[in-house]
Amino acid sequence: MRYQQALGKALRDEMARDPGLFVVGEDVRESLRGVTKGLAEEFGANRVLDMPISEQMFTGFATGAALAGRRCVVEYQIPSLLYLAFEQIANQAQKLHLMTGGQAKVPVVYFVPGSGARLGLAAQHSDHPYSLFAHAGVKTVLPATAADAYGLLVASIRDDDPVVFLAPAAALPTREEVPDEPFVVPLGSGRIHREGHDVTVVAVGHLVHDALALADELADEISMEVFDPRTLYPFDWELLAASIGRTGRLVVYDDANRTCGLAAEIIATAAEEMPLLAPPKRVTRADVPIPFAVELELAALPSREQLAAAVRHVVREEVRG
Amino acid sequence: MTAELYRTMRTIRRFEERVVDLVNANEIAGVTHEYVGQEAVATGVCAALQRDDVITSTHRGHGHVIAKGADVRRMMAELLGRVDGLNRGRGGSMHIADFALGIYGANGIVAAGAPFAAGAAWTAVQDASGVVAATFFGDGGANQGILHETMNLAALWRLPVIFVCENNGYAVTLSQARSTAGSLIERAAAYGMAAEAVDGMDVDAVLDAARGAVERARAGEGPTFLECRTYRFFGHHTAERTMKLGYRTDDEIASWRERDPLLVTGRGLGEAVRAQIDEDVEQLLDEAVEFARQSGRPDPVDAFDHVYASGLRPRSGVAS
Ligand SMILES: Cc1ncc(C[n+]2csc(CCOP(=O)(O)OP(=O)(O)O)c2C)c(N)n1
Ligand SMILES: [Mg+2]
Repeated sequence: MRYQQALGKALRDEMARDPGLFVVGEDVRESLRGVTKGLAEEFGANRVLDMPISEQMFTGFATGAALAGRRCVVEYQIPSLLYLAFEQIANQAQKLHLMTGGQAKVPVVYFVPGSGARLGLAAQHSDHPYSLFAHAGVKTVLPATAADAYGLLVASIRDDDPVVFLAPAAALPTREEVPDEPFVVPLGSGRIHREGHDVTVVAVGHLVHDALALADELADEISMEVFDPRTLYPFDWELLAASIGRTGRLVVYDDANRTCGLAAEIIATAAEEMPLLAPPKRVTRADVPIPFAVELELAALPSREQLAAAVRHVVREEVRG
Repeated sequence: MTAELYRTMRTIRRFEERVVDLVNANEIAGVTHEYVGQEAVATGVCAALQRDDVITSTHRGHGHVIAKGADVRRMMAELLGRVDGLNRGRGGSMHIADFALGIYGANGIVAAGAPFAAGAAWTAVQDASGVVAATFFGDGGANQGILHETMNLAALWRLPVIFVCENNGYAVTLSQARSTAGSLIERAAAYGMAAEAVDGMDVDAVLDAARGAVERARAGEGPTFLECRTYRFFGHHTAERTMKLGYRTDDEIASWRERDPLLVTGRGLGEAVRAQIDEDVEQLLDEAVEFARQSGRPDPVDAFDHVYASGLRPRSGVAS
């Protein structure tokens, strides 16, 4: 099943299971982004609400409905629209449970069905803002594959807290077998896609596929373990520690900006708490707004060549004395 | 009815005056935004609501929360940061909430609660529960985009929302004349909703207008905008008195004080009734302060509780 179809199946299965669940967003009835197609016909127009272009309002609207007992998925057409909604997510929904001493819960999923760069969309349509939400302690989900997208979307919808769910644009065309029966991938559980003993490569979102391709390419030379956190907050530190316990070496492959990005957090935590044999490395986006021309865009994004160089470097480092 | 309205207003007034003393005595941390002068607005609006109806409040929220029926003892405990506070000491003045009474919280961000009211109102329509939602905001809040986004949707979908603008003439030091083009009523009317200006110093006038709005909302006739013209007698917050700000004159304050809603409503009650209520309120607030002081202080080891409804523990600031 294609990744995008898996997202649609997760929404359909959950809407059938929970009659209180509804979807809001822009053009969600016609389904510009493809994931909500047919839901209005199947479940009724009052379960799939087309909203005026008022992201702050419809994000807060979902909070209000959630406080009144509903669950909601809010779709954003562009990843950077989350900046408009940031106050309502990070400062309202996320904090309400604490601020009310546990009275309020806000089970809302903030869903971007196409986050990150997709070549040629330029600076305002190419961001991949997961680090911001992880930084704010908002549960943040970034599935790399179709089955994980299904299981994590179901888990995110059923979760009692706000969850930011970013489907990487570059992963949407990928395929993976997805079981017919509903299932859940718990938030906070990582996945080791490929075992290896020389180095742990943490790759996020669509970069998991890239890291796996590189592991194949380098197979004769280096044994790469490919670790996909799947959820960025909470992060599966235990699984990562176990992996680094075996390899002793770490490279992080991250599509966030370099400064204060997710990779920085992973490396800092590993340095403090895990048995690294050699200094780790990270390959990230440059701190550059994505330029339009394809050559420039590619130069700003993390690449497989950069990852290969980092992996080779880390593996050749002398073991610390 | 008048006696009950007066009792609520008196409770808010004296609650706030005691809060000022407690802030000044450092028994309450931080600053609070007092509602003194504006009591008729919260009291009149909430008297038109039922227990299940929803309100969203503001940084100046104590009045709304009291008028909606919250227990002043647990409110006071919250302000003192105690475990028996309505929010278990996690919210304080700017986040007081009581979901059992439809109080979706005071809010530290101007107008940010408005869309909650729309979401709750939409849910009420879906559930045919008859619930209406009132959202309070100031003249300053009337310039927030999110409020206008919400007014648009509420009018478009005919949601049972009551937009209660408390126009006290200022957003901190900025007068309405220096902040606001055109008229608030005309802005609201342009969305196609009922909109009226109300004397916010007259609790009966507010109650009348709010009843009309609630009736329309429950009848499916959509939202109403009430511009309640009022005034705050105290500074923007408790700390203002030390700041020597010159944005308004003593004469202006004195002239509004002549229309103090407690004096106006109190006069109509007769001396004996009024004095009895005043005494009852004093006793209630004595109890509230005593209750708050007796309540335990939170244990620092509980600082990471109630962050996630799912029970997830947040990361702490040091490696384990
Ligand atoms: C969005 C936002 N901007 C600025 C502030 C800081 N602030 C707190 S209250 C306030 C003035 C609000 O004025 P108004 O809405 O008229 O309410 P009032 O204080 O008069 O009750 C400001 C600027 C804030 N809390 N939220
Ligand atoms: Mg004001």
